[in-house]
This record gives sequence, C-alpha cells and structure tokens, in this order.
Amino acid sequence: MEIKPPVPTIPAPIWRNIKDLQEWEQLHQKRPEGDKHSAAFESITEGIHSFPGGFVVTTVADSFLNWARKSSVWPVTFGLACCAIEMMATFASRFDVERLGMVPWASPRHSDLMVVSGTVTIKMAPMLERIYDQMPDPKWAVSMGSCANSGGPFRHGYHVVKGVDRVIPVDVYVPGCPPPPESLLNGLLLLQDQIAQFRRTGRRPAPNPKVD
Amino acid sequence: MTHEQARTVIGERFGGAQVDPTSAEATVGRGVPLTVTVPVDQWSAFARFAKESLGCRFFSFSTAVDWKEQGLEVVARIDNLDTGLSIFMKTKLGPGVSACPSLVPVFRGADWMERECYDMFGIRFDGHPDLRRILLGDDWVGHPLLKSYAVDTPHPPYR
Amino acid sequence: MTLEAAPTTRVELDYSGGERLTMNMGPQHPSAHGVFRAILTLEGETVVAVDAVIGYLHRCHEKLSETLTYAQYPSIASKTDYVAAMTSEFAYVMAAETIGKIEVPKRAQYLRVIAAELQRIASHLLWLGTWCMDMGGALGGGATIFLYAIRERETILDLFESLVGARLLYGFYQVGGTRYDIPSGWADACRKTIDVIDQRIGEYEGLLEDNPFFLARAQGVGYITRELAEDVGIAGPLLRGSGVNFDLRKSAPYSSYEDFTFTVPVETAGDCFARYRVRMVEFRESIKIIRQALDKLPDGPISSRPGLKSVAQTRIPKGEAYSRVEGPRGEVGCYLIADGSAKPYRMKWRGASFSNLAVLPHIIPGHKVADVVAIMGSVDPVFGEVDR
Repeated sequence: MEIKPPVPTIPAPIWRNIKDLQEWEQLHQKRPEGDKHSAAFESITEGIHSFPGGFVVTTVADSFLNWARKSSVWPVTFGLACCAIEMMATFASRFDVERLGMVPWASPRHSDLMVVSGTVTIKMAPMLERIYDQMPDPKWAVSMGSCANSGGPFRHGYHVVKGVDRVIPVDVYVPGCPPPPESLLNGLLLLQDQIAQFRRTGRRPAPNPKVD
Repeated sequence: MTHEQARTVIGERFGGAQVDPTSAEATVGRGVPLTVTVPVDQWSAFARFAKESLGCRFFSFSTAVDWKEQGLEVVARIDNLDTGLSIFMKTKLGPGVSACPSLVPVFRGADWMERECYDMFGIRFDGHPDLRRILLGDDWVGHPLLKSYAVDTPHPPYR
Repeated sequence: MTLEAAPTTRVELDYSGGERLTMNMGPQHPSAHGVFRAILTLEGETVVAVDAVIGYLHRCHEKLSETLTYAQYPSIASKTDYVAAMTSEFAYVMAAETIGKIEVPKRAQYLRVIAAELQRIASHLLWLGTWCMDMGGALGGGATIFLYAIRERETILDLFESLVGARLLYGFYQVGGTRYDIPSGWADACRKTIDVIDQRIGEYEGLLEDNPFFLARAQGVGYITRELAEDVGIAGPLLRGSGVNFDLRKSAPYSSYEDFTFTVPVETAGDCFARYRVRMVEFRESIKIIRQALDKLPDGPISSRPGLKSVAQTRIPKGEAYSRVEGPRGEVGCYLIADGSAKPYRMKWRGASFSNLAVLPHIIPGHKVADVVAIMGSVDPVFGEVDR
C-alpha cells in the first residue's frame, strides 16, 4: 500500500496579500486581543474598583500581579546571529539573568519574552512571526542589537528586514553591535519597569525613553 | 609535482587550456595556485583530469564573476593536499550565456557551491542533480550578484 | 485580514513499520547553533535522508562588499564567522594586501597571530560549551561544561576588550597591519589567562572522558571517511579528525606562522570523538603559539599604512587573489577581485562552515535522531559563514 507521508508545509506568508508597508503597519497596530481578561472578570474588577475604597484592592492586586509577571519573565531562546552569542553570555554565569527570574526556555509556548538577537532576513521573517504568534499572552519583545532595531550594518542588503518592528511589535530596543551583556541587562531591567505598569486593560504605556 | 611539470602535462593533454604564466613561476606549497583558463566544453573533463592525474582531490570552492559586457565567468579551486599544488580553474561563459557543465559528478562538494552560483547569478549547471535556490527563498525573483541587480532592491512589505 | 488555516492532510499509515515521517528541525530549535533548518525523513527513529535548508541568515555580504571600501569592510567581515571574528577579518585583509603587494610589519604579524590564536581558544571554548549543552540539555548536565567554558571564554574576551574595545566583533585588522597596539600590562595578563586555561582544560577533559554517556554519544557517531572529506571540501578539525594531515598554518604559512613550533593533531577515527580530541589538542597548541609569540614579540610599527584619514584612502590596484586562513572551523578564504578603486569589484567568502555543513546529508542517514544533534555540534557550524 502506498504510504503518503505528511509533508509539513509552512502556509504562504501573509505579506503576499499586502500591498505595501503602510498597510502592513496598520495590521500590526492592533494589539493582540488576548491581553485582556475575560468579560466576567472585567465586570467583577470594575465593580470592586468603583466601590468606595475599592480602588485600593484593585491597585494592590495589579501591583502584585505585575510584580509576579516581571519577576519571572521567561525568554524564548531566539538567537539568530552574532547577538545570540552575547545573549548566551548574558544567560551564563557572569551576567546571570536567572537572578532576575529569567529562565531561557526553548519552547515558545511556555515563554513570555522574545529577545530577537540578530539580523532578521526576509526568509526568516515568517518563521519569526510564527514563533511570536505561538507565544501566549501577555508577551513582550526586546529587539537586541542594531540589526534587529533597524537592519543594522546590513540595512541596504536586498535580503534584510529593516528592523524587526516591521514584523512584530517591540517593547524595548537595545542598541549595539553586538550590545555587550551589560547593555542587554539594562534593556531587560527597563522591560521590567515597563511590565510594572502593565494595565489590566491591555493598553501598554507609550514609549518613555530614559535618558541617562 | 611542481608547477612547471603540471603546466607541461596540462599543455599536452588539454590543448585549449591556457595556463597563466605568472602563476606558473610560483613555488608549490606556498599557496599560489596554478591558474588555468579552460574552454567551457572541457570544464568537467579538466576537473576529472586534475583529480585523477594531478591528484587534486580537495574541492575548495566554486563561484562565478559577472564581468558586465563580457559575460559571466565560473571559477573553481581544487587542491592537492599532499603536495600543495593548487589549481584555479576558470572558464568564461561568454556574453549572454548562462549555462555551464556541472562538476558534481567529479566532486561532491560542488553540489552546494553550484546551487549558490545558480541562486546568485542564474547560471544553470547541466548535470546537477538538484539545482534549486539555496540561500534565498524558492520564490525569489532575480539573481542578486549580477551587476544589474541593485543591492537595495525593495521587497515590500519588509523593506 | 486573517491568516489562512494550515491545509489538513490525510495520512494513511500501514502498521508494518515501513512508513516514513518527515520531521522538520526548524530554524528555531534548542540546539544553540543558529538558524538552520533540517528536514529529516525518518523511518522510526532512524534518519533516512536530510534536506538541509540554509539561507535564513543571508545578509548579502558579497553584494555589500562591492559598496564598502577596504577600510570600512573589515568590521563587517567579522560578522561572517562571528564566533571567531578575528580570523574572518584576517582573510579579507590578507587578500587585499596580497593584491596590493602591501608589506605588513613584523610586529603586526605577531600581533595578528596572537589575536588569531586567542580567538581560536575562545571559539573552541564556545564550541565545547554548546556541544555539551546540546548533548546534555540546558537544565541538566550539559549546562555544567557550558558555564565553565563560558567562564574561561569571558577571561579571553576581557583581554580583547582591553586590546580593541569590543568583546565579540572587532575591527582589529586593517589593510597594512593592525589597528591597535597592545597596552602595557596586557602581555602579563595574557600569560596569566592562558596559564589558567591550560590547567582548566585538563579538568574538563577529565570530566568528560570519564563520563560513559559522553563516550557513548560521541564515539562511533558521525563517521566521515577521508575520501568524502576531501571530495566535499571540508577543512579544519573535521578533516584532521578523519586522518588528513593538513593545516594551513603548516602547509601554506602566512603571517610568520613558520617562526613558531607547534604540532598539528591528527586523528584517524573520523567520528565525533576524534574531532573532539583534535580540538582539545588544538587548545594546547594555540597556547604554545601564544607563549612563543609573546616571548619573541619584536618592536616596530603596527601598520605600514597608519593614520587612516578617509575611508576611501586605501586603493588596491587591479588584480585578484585568494587568501586563506586556518580558522577554528577550517579554511576561511576570501577571493577578492580588485579593480583599482577603493572598493572591490567582487568578493567571495569561502566559508568554512558552508563546506562543512555540505557533508551533513552524506553522513547523517543511518543515525538516530539524537545523534543528529551530536553530529551537528561536532561539525560546529556558524551560520554567519554559511549564509554570508
């Protein structure tokens, strides 16, 4: 009997249907719906919040949940290029991120954070988007290195995506080529500050670059 | 076998091949190759001869150069690891021509190198078992390393 | 606009055990080698065929080099083999110097050798750490050797940071010599560092070779015959692990390597364990070379073309050259065609890992899925070199 093996096909990338960058950006402005809690939960918390004095409970609960979220951010190991080596050095013992609660985890289904370390090429971009889609909410993304920020030294190449924010929404940009582990740690700590302000409505605070 | 001996042997066997005289004066083993320009139809025959008679069994690389009006040129380098003799084979395809015999029956390492030449220059290798794009996606249009292709060709929506 | 649902496929199985499964070891996977996709065809647990898909890191080096000058490109050249960035820059710079017949002062040659050998030690430390982590698991025993090896590597990167200013990707090599000179006290720090590493490598060897699991996973796995090695064009520890005594530093010495005495390790077994033994001996040989170079370091200028005033200052006359360097992964080569201007006409990177990876479809069939990871680790690819 003839056996037909299942051939894993990656579905055609969605960008074929999109005319230009502007349309693509509109698609990406909409945040994932899953950031919000269920309607029942929302109505209960709204009730508590509007009760006189109830705001104490909701803000304390918010701070507690955000503290829990930021203290155990698990990054998915998504090393693409040279920055991956510096990311590995950050995850190793000298610049330990495990003291911040970040356990690098290979499976996107179990992680909160994607550190895009390295150049994103046009061939890799659909895979990157797929891995990002496989991560459950709430999720964050850190763009590490100048290649992920804007295309970097390879910006003018024909096969290079000019920045990973053309593919996924990014929360923190870490500059450098490659950023030394101290810079990446700085970026991760800034991300933790951002997570501390994470609201239950799913709206994220506008970028507030710290100048120091 | 020194460069002089190799040059004599090549001259006897392949009349059409031209050996670059400056490279023929070099000392074997110091890394300077013997540059031989071979006509296209003798490309794989010469490679087989070099592998069997001159002992050049190490396939280093194979690539192509785009000399705008003069057409494409395919180069390959093979080494004899024991004696240090290196042969740098070149063949000019001529303007407008983009087909070349494949070296895969002679050297298995030519497989990926020729796929890359096809990907970057559009050269079709006759006799290659599986000629498809290797570095770019299968649906890419254009051959980037040709001089007519701009380095920052846009590719919506990513760039 | 919604994503189209993946097409459903019907699979008809027969239970005679002859069905083949196509499994994708996708561009993102826990074995920390970078973006490589292997489509494995499995019959049970045995791999029957491998289709290696590369190109996920194709960053257009060769096309970009035609737009960058000889002074601008060495920093970009480090991003091909980013784990051993010094040797990558070396190949490009040597090619330009060969065409232009530019003399490199003796002190610069020795500094280049010291940097290249330190880089070899750092690269092999990373190889050891990631290979053992792949075989052992990130949260299990594999992280032991990984963390130890990264600790030693950090000491070498500290040396590079005080020399060049950067930890991973440098612009140390320039056409005509090197860009920086060693600061005071660097030679002593270097000697202390390599003494410590020399002693610790012995500890790691003892740790690994007494471990029966490591031996079971490395011996007899990934056998490369000598004939296949030469035919495909693999180089470096893979070639020397299969019995071919070929090292560019001995056969075609460049940059004063003939002044140093060292041996080239060759093993005949051809399996992962042989390649591991070759690299472990290479640690010690590199340490020997660095000690000799530091002892004999001559005084003098560090570049025959100092004082870069503009990026278009270096013009190389018409000509072509292929320069090769013995990198930690094998023969890294740069075929450069210059046309008299400040930018090359054509540059081709002969990446060591590109040729090394090409051997995978020939050696993996017949092994189990778990051996694929061990073989890939012992081949030690760096995808900046593969995809360029």
